[in-house]
Amino acid sequence: MWSLIRTIWNVLLHTFHKRVTIQYPEEKAYLAPRTRGRIILSRDPDGGERCVACYLCAVACPVDCIALQATEDANERRYPEFFRINFSRCIFCGYCEDACPTYAIQLTPDFEMGEYNRQNLVYEKEDLLIDGPGKYPGYNFWRVCGEQIAGADQGEAENQAPPVDLRSLMP
Amino acid sequence: MTSPHPIAAIMGILLVVLSFSAMLIWVERRLLALWQDRYGPNRVGPFGLLQVLADMIKIFTKEDWIPPFADKAVFVIAPMIVMVTVLLSFAVVPFAPGIIVMDPNIALLFFLGMSSLGVYSIVLAGWSSDSKYSLLGGMRAAAQMISYEVFMSLSLMGVVLLAGSFRLTAIVEAQKGLWFVVPQFLGFALFLIAGVAEARRLPFDLPEAEAELVAGFHSEYSGMKFGMFFVGEYLGIILISSMITVLFFGGWLGPWLPPIVWFAIKMFAFICFFILLRASLPRLRFDQLMSWGWKTMLPLALVNLLVTGAIVLAWK
Repeated sequence: MWSLIRTIWNVLLHTFHKRVTIQYPEEKAYLAPRTRGRIILSRDPDGGERCVACYLCAVACPVDCIALQATEDANERRYPEFFRINFSRCIFCGYCEDACPTYAIQLTPDFEMGEYNRQNLVYEKEDLLIDGPGKYPGYNFWRVCGEQIAGADQGEAENQAPPVDLRSLMP
Repeated sequence: MTSPHPIAAIMGILLVVLSFSAMLIWVERRLLALWQDRYGPNRVGPFGLLQVLADMIKIFTKEDWIPPFADKAVFVIAPMIVMVTVLLSFAVVPFAPGIIVMDPNIALLFFLGMSSLGVYSIVLAGWSSDSKYSLLGGMRAAAQMISYEVFMSLSLMGVVLLAGSFRLTAIVEAQKGLWFVVPQFLGFALFLIAGVAEARRLPFDLPEAEAELVAGFHSEYSGMKFGMFFVGEYLGIILISSMITVLFFGGWLGPWLPPIVWFAIKMFAFICFFILLRASLPRLRFDQLMSWGWKTMLPLALVNLLVTGAIVLAWK
């Protein structure tokens, strides 16, 4: 009986407690910088697309929400012809970001993407591609990969020595 | 001492009581939220007050469905009984001098009789739904209400002895010097517990018991028929709070403010207490409920009646 009365009294004291609710649209909860939200495709510092259309993100995706088609441009540089993410399926697990060899696909701390029409949750490449390098400002895949493409000859990459001239006798 | 314009009094009391019971849905949700460190409905209109309106529109536009296996006539009548009996009880509640529909000399018995009739609504609803959860709820309601009815009436007899009348206005007038809660504190505590059980509120909401019985006796109800049970429950809270005010806390008596305001303040305090009970106490087990009622409450009520009777006899 005494414990019942004490319970009632303690609950009554909650009248003066601070409320824990966050009034969402007006005030927002703190989001950690690495919160996994809306997926973007980033560009390298030169402004070129980072994505090399290797399909690793599509393979890693547990819910198969990424679809893309690889192609090559005039400089033999691979890029996705289309890149489509179905956000009505995406579970924001971040495996695509882990799988990406070029830091192209990244998750951002934005989750406010509600839609009335489900079809609007299918994002195409122009919706996904942003103008900046995202979380990795200085990184340029084509400058460090050692792959030879038109416009990036061997020896022109960072930390890469120029190729040895086999016909020269100089040391 | 009844109202000079009975029709006006009836309409006024009906209007106020019904709209207030609808508002109680909002009050309860806000208070529960306050005690659980939340906000509750605060979006629709100022302070979320229009939430009630939204809920009403929603419940009126819901499909009014009668299950094909139900006993149709009884199924339809059951929710009406709870409304009718509770609203009839309001006829004898003296809100203030002049604001009362009728003032018979057996008002207290009328109230007790009407609240007993209310059990039929629950039992018939549970029976006619023809579903096991409803039936279990109905059975629990029957057992609980009958056992709590007994000491509810007995706990009030002390008040009747002190006032010397069953007339509610006379009982209020008898409290001019001292509210009956002081000499009849045990009676008050017993009536409070019985009242909570009578209004089927937590911790005595076993007929409903949404954690075990889906929704108990009104599992199969939808639309406005469910709404009637819902409003009936809130009407029951208002009724029990009014009766506590009238019988133990001096009804409309109080200094400075007009009588009706005093009545409203006291009644609202008890409504808040009912909600506080819901916020803090867990539901009893069924056998605990029964043994508590018969083995603790009933003997206490009898002792209270005997001692009060002896003192009144010695005094006069």
